[in-house]
Amino acid sequence: MLRSAAIKPLFARGPSPTFRVFFAALTALGLIVADHRHQHLEMVRSALAFLTYPVQYAANQPTELVRTTREQLASTHELRVENAELHRENLLLKARLQQFEALEAENIRLRDLLGSSLDLGERVVIAEIMSIELAPYRQQVMVNKGTKSGVFIGQPVLDANAVMGQVVRASPFSSVVLLITDADHALPVEINRNGLRTIAAGTGLSQELELLYIPKNADVRAGDLLVTSGMDGRFPAGYPVARVTTVRQDPDNPFTTVIAAPTARLDRSREVLLVWNLSETSRQQALAGDATKARGSQ
Amino acid sequence: MRPSRLSSAQRRRGGSLWLALLTLVLAMYLTILPIPGWPFDYQPPWVVLALLFWCFAAPSRVGVLVGFCVGLMVDVLTGALLGQHALSLSVTAYLAIMLRARIRIFPLWQQTFFVWLILLVERLLTLWAIGATGQPMPPLTYWTPSLIGLFLWPFMSLLLTPMERRVGPR
Repeated sequence: MLRSAAIKPLFARGPSPTFRVFFAALTALGLIVADHRHQHLEMVRSALAFLTYPVQYAANQPTELVRTTREQLASTHELRVENAELHRENLLLKARLQQFEALEAENIRLRDLLGSSLDLGERVVIAEIMSIELAPYRQQVMVNKGTKSGVFIGQPVLDANAVMGQVVRASPFSSVVLLITDADHALPVEINRNGLRTIAAGTGLSQELELLYIPKNADVRAGDLLVTSGMDGRFPAGYPVARVTTVRQDPDNPFTTVIAAPTARLDRSREVLLVWNLSETSRQQALAGDATKARGSQ
Repeated sequence: MRPSRLSSAQRRRGGSLWLALLTLVLAMYLTILPIPGWPFDYQPPWVVLALLFWCFAAPSRVGVLVGFCVGLMVDVLTGALLGQHALSLSVTAYLAIMLRARIRIFPLWQQTFFVWLILLVERLLTLWAIGATGQPMPPLTYWTPSLIGLFLWPFMSLLLTPMERRVGPR
């Protein structure tokens, strides 16, 4: 062999770096546009997520380790106190559930009489938040359930107290949840006290929501509870979202400035609930079943 | 060519690619690793620094293509817009490769200054992508990673020469 492989060729073969960077930049721009304007790239993202999942899994491990160690080091006394507390809470919740079931049945009957549509219920799965730094300056979290568990884009996410956000990206084993406080997020809500409908938009701060287009004379008070109105067809109606903290009249603003604090523990929750609405057909089936039952009882 | 006849230099250079990929994966790991009490904005730009290091040390192995692929991985890892980091990191790799021969003969402080410029270009391109797609604008602390990189580079360049001697072109 004339040319030893150990000698580096004087001229690099293949396309020049300038050509390569031109090509790479064009591809990247194409990707940005395609990902921003259309939703065609979810397949590519899921495929790449297969490769990146081990890294994310590994990054989650230190926090997990700290958590398990802390759990194991917890004293018997602490555990006993916690157990007693949970016991009491469970009893309370059960008592409330009994009432709730009676109320729900009554509600269904009344709605049936009115001939209006109803929300029969949802299926819920618990997912765990992974401790991973996502894109900074966004209010996003990653959870450990993905399309394999039936997660889909646009799915509502709740915690024990209130609405947290919705799924924006779903890969096979994990998905990204956009929190309601992200500056790009807004959801239709109503004031629980008087049914006034409005929109709660995120501000990018982790404990702040802003209510949009509230007229100057609207009846809003600090302390009002905001619940989802279900007008978007995405979040189920009637879940708590936030509590109004300040109502302010700014002279330069044609609307009232209303700030609310999310009731969900956005930065402290570890477990979240992924919600599936019952589909339209199953809802109708349930309605039909209810109707026949009602007829049978007459 | 049979594997037994690979020269030691070639084998070492083959190993360099694996070493580079390992460092880059480690850098990605550090990027998404949450460290309590250490905000994201005050962490070194791990991936960019690792990429720059390898573009300087082994430009025949690590270049625009590796930068693009690493950028794509970072996009998927952090849930950013697909192509956002791919754009900035491939341009970063390109600048490093084109300026490498010139920068290497500069005194250390000038070399560090040029590295800082490249880090700023990376930040600028990412900022442009954020702005062009209407994402919320980051605060001024967005630029601190480039300053941290500026202070880290002199130490990294100490490693550069031995690594270059091992894996790079002679």
